[in-house]
Amino acid sequence: MYLNPKIEQRVVQAILWVFTLATVFILFFIIFYILHKGLPVLSYNFLTTNPLDMGKSGGIYSTIIGTIALTIMSLLIATPLGVGTAIYLTEYTRESRITRVIRFGSECLSGIPSIIFGLFGFILFVTKLKMGWSILSGGLTLAFMLLPTIIRTSEEAIKSVPYNLHEVSYSLGSTQWQTVTKVVLPSALPGILTGVILSVGRSVGETAAVIFTAGSALRMPTSLFSSSRTMAVHFFILAREGISMPNAYGTAAVLIITILIINIIAYRLMHKFIKKYS
Amino acid sequence: MTRLERNERLIKIALFVIACSAVSILAVITIFIFSEGTPIMFKYGLRSFLLGLDWYPSEQSFGLLPMIIGSVMVTFGSLLVGVPFGLACAIFLTEFSSRRLRHILKPIIELLAGIPSVVYGFIGVVILVPFIRETLGGPGLSVLAASIILGIMILPTIISISIDSLQAVPRSYREGSIALGATKWQTTKMVILPAAKSGIIASIILGMGRAIGETMAVIMIAGNAINIPRSVLDPVRTLTSNIALEMGYASGEHRQALFATGVILFIIIMILNTIANATSVKGKAAK
Repeated sequence: MYLNPKIEQRVVQAILWVFTLATVFILFFIIFYILHKGLPVLSYNFLTTNPLDMGKSGGIYSTIIGTIALTIMSLLIATPLGVGTAIYLTEYTRESRITRVIRFGSECLSGIPSIIFGLFGFILFVTKLKMGWSILSGGLTLAFMLLPTIIRTSEEAIKSVPYNLHEVSYSLGSTQWQTVTKVVLPSALPGILTGVILSVGRSVGETAAVIFTAGSALRMPTSLFSSSRTMAVHFFILAREGISMPNAYGTAAVLIITILIINIIAYRLMHKFIKKYS
Repeated sequence: MTRLERNERLIKIALFVIACSAVSILAVITIFIFSEGTPIMFKYGLRSFLLGLDWYPSEQSFGLLPMIIGSVMVTFGSLLVGVPFGLACAIFLTEFSSRRLRHILKPIIELLAGIPSVVYGFIGVVILVPFIRETLGGPGLSVLAASIILGIMILPTIISISIDSLQAVPRSYREGSIALGATKWQTTKMVILPAAKSGIIASIILGMGRAIGETMAVIMIAGNAINIPRSVLDPVRTLTSNIALEMGYASGEHRQALFATGVILFIIIMILNTIANATSVKGKAAK
């Protein structure tokens, strides 16, 4: 079959258009559908009262607190480790077998499915180390999951800091660490923050790894050792067990809005960062 | 040695220790999953695990074949959906769209990656599953439903990595081809795609890894029945759902068998990651 190249070009272009539009349509459909069904449920009360009767009535207050606690916990662990690794890889060593091993390890870690992290966290933190289902177990497990993302984004951010900034700093007599903390990190901060914020998004939406490590208790968490249910887990349980569809939609709407805000902030920050160095 | 120099030394050592964290975590996870999962595999024989058809944990029968087939079917199904859409988006955004349109569409598509997997599963339950049940028959909770939802979920992986590899093709390739009188599509088909091939393959393999590893969405829409599906409208259980569904109440050998499921999943993922890594490294070396 011979097709005139110009006609073929038109046909292909039209097909590609349709596929791309379909993809964008799917995304908007999901967001609007959830918001359409969920927004009417949302109210000040829904956000500030605890779930009652397994979530059949009441709001989602304790799950919001649980989500925040778990996210903060995981970031407190993952951020220093991730940024530290990135600093080491970019500023303190040359490409060598060790850096390749570190990068490969981090890449493998990012490919591991969340359910494996859940299994691992359950056996190590929950049972072997006797931390039980708790914010601590969940936070540690999530931190391990987030680590590769933070390493990768921080590394890219640090790499894009122009080298002459280093040279100026050294020429003023500062040490390597002073250069890193006073010159490199402040310049790379928006890029690093982008990675951290995207990690917040991941930890808010994560279910499989959290449900087996932080548990699903509906009570308000009181310490690092109390079990807590996140919004995503709450939503999953409400929907899967058919406890309350309106409350499920409401929770989903809160999740989607949170994710939207996080993505917008990350996008803004990233753009500022890119503008600064290009 | 001055105090400053000593501090610098200490900092360098501390950073090296921190840098080893990712690798150590990977090692610890591997050791834990294997040490919990492999003993029971050897106790009952690898054959009975990989090729056994019956999963009755209370009667010490731990055949994982239906779940392995389930995972494979759902994963390939998701590729049938995700690859055409993903590649079309990537090609459109890098080769055919204007800069402005690209700047609008790319972040929008990246948003797909941020939507929690439970939300995808939920959309599957409330929209796709009833639709399949009413138009095509069967229970609706099926290989087909899981494939479509997973196909959408792997789009961001395929799109963003493919875009990276398409953009990495040097401008001179495009200019050379256009100068020879080729149309944009001819250029894409004969010059750009072959040049970006390894990155695109890597994106598909990583998408496969995501599909195989996805759990919560699949639990909600695949039906979870333990049998080998005869058609795409039959329900199916994957390796990941098998773990997540029974972990809550399993104990003793049952729990070990779930870890064995994890071991198989882990090995599949590691093989896929290594292939993806090798293809993209090979691609970079070729340039």
